[in-house]
Amino acid sequence: MSDVQTIDSPATTAPLKQTPLYSLHVSRGARMVPFAGYEMPVQYPDGILAEHNHVRAAAGLFDVSHMGQAFLVGADHETAARALEVLVPGDIVGLAPGRQRYTQLLDDNGGILDDLMVTRSADPMEDGVLFLVVNAATKEADYAHIAVRLPAGIKLLRADHRALLAVQGPTAVQAVGRHCPEAVGLPFMGAITVRFDGIDCHISRSGYTGEDGYEISCKATRVRAIAERLLSEPSVKLIGLGARDSLRLEAGLCLYGHDIDTTTSPVEAALSWSIGKRRREEGGFPGAERVQRELREGATRRRVGIKPDSRAPAREGTEIKSADGAIIGKITSGGFGPTVNGPVSMGYVAREFAEPGTKVDLIVRDKPMPATVVTLPFVPHRYVR
Amino acid sequence: MATRYTKDHEWIRLDGEVATVGITEHAQSQLGDIVFVELPEIGRAVTQGGEAAVVESVKAASDVYAPVAGEVVAVNQELDGAPGTVNEDAEGKGWFFRLKLASPEQLDALMSAEQYKEYLGTLT
Repeated sequence: MSDVQTIDSPATTAPLKQTPLYSLHVSRGARMVPFAGYEMPVQYPDGILAEHNHVRAAAGLFDVSHMGQAFLVGADHETAARALEVLVPGDIVGLAPGRQRYTQLLDDNGGILDDLMVTRSADPMEDGVLFLVVNAATKEADYAHIAVRLPAGIKLLRADHRALLAVQGPTAVQAVGRHCPEAVGLPFMGAITVRFDGIDCHISRSGYTGEDGYEISCKATRVRAIAERLLSEPSVKLIGLGARDSLRLEAGLCLYGHDIDTTTSPVEAALSWSIGKRRREEGGFPGAERVQRELREGATRRRVGIKPDSRAPAREGTEIKSADGAIIGKITSGGFGPTVNGPVSMGYVAREFAEPGTKVDLIVRDKPMPATVVTLPFVPHRYVR
Repeated sequence: MATRYTKDHEWIRLDGEVATVGITEHAQSQLGDIVFVELPEIGRAVTQGGEAAVVESVKAASDVYAPVAGEVVAVNQELDGAPGTVNEDAEGKGWFFRLKLASPEQLDALMSAEQYKEYLGTLT
């Protein structure tokens, strides 16, 4: 058969970076693969299906230290927020202390350079500090993009010495709460600077799986201690990037470079909900003309969920055709959803075909396979609001 | 008859005139959890080394090749609802399809279990 790897082949390209938890992953039997320039665990011995199911049933611990963490610092919140609003369509000025928001860096065409989380510190002593988390594959480009567009007096400080963990699933609140009681009362998208078993960290109640859970940022030198304490909780297991992908796909969440990129606007990508009302009216971000026009008239294409009618998965790049054989779009993420127990995918279709219930054909191995446009997510979100 | 193996990690076992084909234990463990198997239609003619089936893991699809030429006379329907059977018992209950052989002598050139094991050792 094709594509059977023999032994996990060592990287033959440029040397890969490692996160601070590399040796933990290896000691737990992880299969390491290159991802965004890092050696990352794609799965552990139980396998992707078991890991995925464990997150939805209990709690999973993810090492996401490869992602970019940085601080945007200005004299006060409004100054820093306005500087960031020049680059993103989100309402950052209106972000309350201790709150996190999802937005995108846009280019002059309204295309997406990256998606990111922005947090305003709860601590009045940190007024003027915005904490950014960006994607691993684009972090260098993101930092360069931001840095050259900052007015005098605003600094971008990389936090390369910090690590990042995610704990996701219905028992995350108990598992984290035993080591950090303040985390229990955090609302969804709330954030605090706090101690986890005496270790300084920054915790937000958010994630990338659709489940309740937390992201924990701490100094790289302390992340192993936090990880081991979490793994000592009976309900917590280490989860790899394979399950991270199937979880976020079932949750209808975008993966940069696949579901969103410089050719997609936030309106096409069905991310208009993340554009603040004031921002829609005022603009003042790159590509605002296009975004405002698409908000008024509708975008010509739209990101939707697509469910194959049979059990065969349809992967990224699969062409989508209408019943009369015209190409109407493409799958941008696709695979198998263990919770749904069937194939799931997302893609873009011409807007006439974006209505849920629309029947389409997916061209898999040169044959048309029937599928249906469905609303996202495939698995309901269980955020604790 | 003893099971024989291909360099592409398929196994084949002749029983009278009909041979059963599947993927090896090594292949299933490398693929990880199998979520879908596309089996050939009964009556289809396959050539030696030609694509005969597709096996999908969570992350990717892989082609399964026919170890020898023949005609598909049976497929393992159980894999439709339970593709994980391939992970559980790749060289037994996880069989993919059965062939009536066009040229049984093609089996002679395939590897024995010992030779396949040695071959796996060389793949680093």
